[in-house]
Parts: sequence; C-alpha cells; structure tokens
Amino acid sequence: MSIHRRRFVAALGTGGVVGTAGCSAIGGSSGQPDDGAGVAGETLTLTTTTSTYDTGLLDAIHLDFEELYGVTVDAVPKGTGAALETARNGDSDVVMVHARDLEDEFLRDGYGVNRRDLMFNDFVIVGPESDPAGIEGLSSATEALTAVADEEAPFVSRGDRSGTHTKELALWEAAGADPGGGWYRETGQGMGEVLNIANEQGAYTLADRGTFLSQRSELDLVVLVQGPIEGGPETLANPYGIMAVNPAVHDAVNYDLAMAYVGWITSPGAQDAIADYQVNGKQLFFPEAVSEDPDFQQYVPDGWSADSSDE
Amino acid sequence: MSVPLEPVVPLLSGLLDLPFRDGYVWSIIYVSLYVSLTAVALSTLFSVPLAVAMGLSDFPGKQFAKSVINTGMGFPSVVVGLLVLFAVSNQGPLGALNLVFTREAMIASQFVLATPPITAISLAAITGVDETVRDAARVLGGTRLDVALVVLKEARYGIATAILAGFGRAVSEVGSVLIVGGNITGADGISKTRTLTTAIQLEARQGQYETAMILGAVLVALVLTVNAVVIRLGDQGVHR
Repeated sequence: MSIHRRRFVAALGTGGVVGTAGCSAIGGSSGQPDDGAGVAGETLTLTTTTSTYDTGLLDAIHLDFEELYGVTVDAVPKGTGAALETARNGDSDVVMVHARDLEDEFLRDGYGVNRRDLMFNDFVIVGPESDPAGIEGLSSATEALTAVADEEAPFVSRGDRSGTHTKELALWEAAGADPGGGWYRETGQGMGEVLNIANEQGAYTLADRGTFLSQRSELDLVVLVQGPIEGGPETLANPYGIMAVNPAVHDAVNYDLAMAYVGWITSPGAQDAIADYQVNGKQLFFPEAVSEDPDFQQYVPDGWSADSSDE
Repeated sequence: MSVPLEPVVPLLSGLLDLPFRDGYVWSIIYVSLYVSLTAVALSTLFSVPLAVAMGLSDFPGKQFAKSVINTGMGFPSVVVGLLVLFAVSNQGPLGALNLVFTREAMIASQFVLATPPITAISLAAITGVDETVRDAARVLGGTRLDVALVVLKEARYGIATAILAGFGRAVSEVGSVLIVGGNITGADGISKTRTLTTAIQLEARQGQYETAMILGAVLVALVLTVNAVVIRLGDQGVHR
C-alpha cells in the first residue's frame, strides 16, 4: 500500500518538475543575458495605469521595442498612485502614469529622473442618456459637477488614488462642491469596473476617453461633457508622463534599459505607433513627445525654476 | 494523467472563438497549474510531516498550536500577498533575490495560504485514526517511523482531502497572486504571471463579463480534473 502513497507523492512531484521544465521554455529568456553586449535578454518592469493597459495600447506597441533590443517588457497595470508606490519601493524600472501632481511629488522626493511628456488624451464626464442633472453640452466641467451635486444625482467615483481619481478630486475642489452623501459612491475599483457600475446604476462618472471608447459597445452611458479633444474645456486634459526610477535611490533597478525604453517610446517611430493605435476606428492617444518647440517644463516639477528653488 | 484531461478538451476547443490571441488561454492555464501545483506540493512536503509529528506526540501548547493553524485557514489572501510583497520587494529582506512579480513569489504566497488547511485537515485525519492501530503497530515491534507510516496509511483519504483543500484554496485565490505576481502577460500574449483568477479579474474590470465567465468555467473544470485525478489515485490504492 505504501507504494501507492509514494506514487501519489511522485505524481505531485512530477507535476512540479514538469511545470518547472516548461517554465524555462516559456519564460527562460528573462534574466539570462545573451552573449551580446548591452541590455539584450534583460527584463524591464514597467508599472503603468490601467488606462494604457486595458485599452491594449501597450501590447500593440511593445513587440517592436522587445524585438529592437531583444528584451522583455513586464507591464504591470495599477492605478497611478499604486504604480508610483511600487516604483518608490524599487520594484519597477520605469513608470508611465497620468497625474502630474503625484508625478511631481515623485520627482521632488528623488525617486524619478528624466521625466518626459509622452502623450495625452482627455477625460469626459459620462452619464445616463436621461441626464437627470441636465449637464449635457456644458462647456465647464466644474459647472457640470456642481449641477450633479445640486441635483444629488448618483455619481460613481474611482476612489482609488488613480490618475482619474486625482483629477476628479481636483475638479470637485475647483467646483467648490463637497461630494458626500448617498449619491456619491466611492468604489475603489478600476475604470472599467466603475463604468460598469455607473452603467448599471444610471450614474455619472469621470472617465478617461480611451477606456470609455474601448468599452463603449457594452455601455448605455453617453458622453455628456466633452474633453478638449472634442472641443471641451482644457481642465479635462489628460496628459501621460514617463519617468525612469532613480538608480541612486534604488541600485537594483534596470536604469540602462529604463532609459532605452524612455528613449524608444519618445522617438518618432513609437510616437507614430501610438498615434496609429485605434480601437473601434477611434484614435485613443495623441503623442506629444516629438516637438520642434522646446518644453522645459516636462523635465521638472510643475512651477519649478532654478531661481525660485527652495530645495 | 492524459485520460482525466480528456473531458476538458472539447470545452477548451470552444475557446478558440474567444477574442484572445493564440496560446493566451493555454498560457494562463499553464501558469495557474504550475504555480498552484508547485505550491501545494511544497506545502504537502512541509505540512504532512508536521501533522504527523503533532498528531503522534503530546507537548505543552499543542492546543494553542492547533488554534494558530486553524486561524491560518481563514487568513485573507490579500494580507498574505502584502506580507510576501514586503518580504520580496527590493526594499524587503529578500529583495536581493529579485523575486517581485515572478512566479516564485506567487508560489511563496500560495504556499503560505495552502499550508494551514493542509496541516489542519491532515492533523484531524491523523488524530482520527483509531488508537488501537497505533498500539498494534507498537506491539508488533514497530519503530516510531513504522508507527507513523501505519497511521499515515490509515489516514490517507483524509490527507488526500487535505491536499485537495489546499489546492482549491491556492488555485482559486486572486488577492495575493495579483499583488506579488503583477498579472503580467508579455506583448506576445503569453502569460508570465497571469493566472486564471487574475485573468478573470482583468476581464471583469473591462466589463467583459462573458469571457470572464468562460474563464471561470475553465477554472472549475481544472479543479474538477485535479480532484478526479487525486480520487482515482486514491481508489487504486484501495482496490489493490
């Protein structure tokens, strides 16, 4: 009888061994440097936002980078706050996020270096077609939010310290409204889930246009206040930035590869690929890294200048 | 092992209609199985000897140790994920090993999750073995090892249940693998640290409830298959 027990344990063991063997076949390229010089064979860990990932943009453009350098990109989708926190712990090499205030804090604290403006799209305020607060076509996002608050119409908030949540809070503050009460629902979920919840509850929400477009076929929600891409207010702009993690703070980060990535994604070729990426026939992201005009503000925290520096 | 997998094949071929790239679904099934089976195998190697040692001896604080293990069964997987993340993060004590966002880190967290149920249920099975069996083995001149083996043999069904419970906990949890694994798939659509559960979470996040449900069905089929394999092995043990 003990033979069978052994066979059973052996079966478990074999499962583990077979699994390991397959692992080296599939994931074996990571972490084993080629004989070639440079970064080939290494793995870049990119923490980014759900909006760049869930729209499928990164998968669409990353193959090009991987082939060019012979590397692997591990894209980890999180909210902007979580993506930056992961980088603060030294667990990612490069971050691609969309909340300038949080990015600036990250730079000022010394964790990020070599920031570039990467691309932009915009936020839109979406809601049910019936539009109980009557915000359709308003040219001011803050007026729209004030109307929602006055009407106490249901509003679903990300509530997760993501870039979209950060923007939403800034808009409420600018509107002078204090969101609270039963009509304001913080979910702590990703954009896609929040759109689904708003859809089911007939509620308003603030969404990035990319995620909304890529999910629109499943939603009854409509865009009620447009962002700047469709002629809406500039306050709804949604710029994405990219930064390498400071190797002086975290010596384990792959800084060379991170800078190769920053260089590649801000290059004309990759910027064209971003512009060409479409979902349901719509362009989701607008590149802005390639520009004839100098824009020094992208390299430093907002409002920083050499003269007024207090650091 | 090929026979019990057969019922799954037609189900999976239906997946070809899904909006996924070639090899995507297979790669997440593979990662799920690789991580959970490895974690449960390691956990079994650790838990069963521990359960035997505890079951066959008396020591002060035994009840307390039992309640610690039982509490472990209810430990939230997100908390385990956070603890493992702190350990393997570049800031943490194991930072130099570069384990964050790897399958090894996922195995570590599932090991922590699977060990309490496997230990507790094995211990219950071993404690449940009739005293007379133990005594008979001793009277026949058995060494401590012989006694342990006899008891193990008697308790094998309970231990198989324990292992299945551990596997069930490991393969179905989403909180810790999401945190320590990062839910990574390469740009070529082959999963690195994405499991069935985190893939379901991702589909649900994007509102793709139908594909999420289909992946859920695959997960259930997988658990059923593993159960069938283990029970079959157990039955063979009886018939011969």
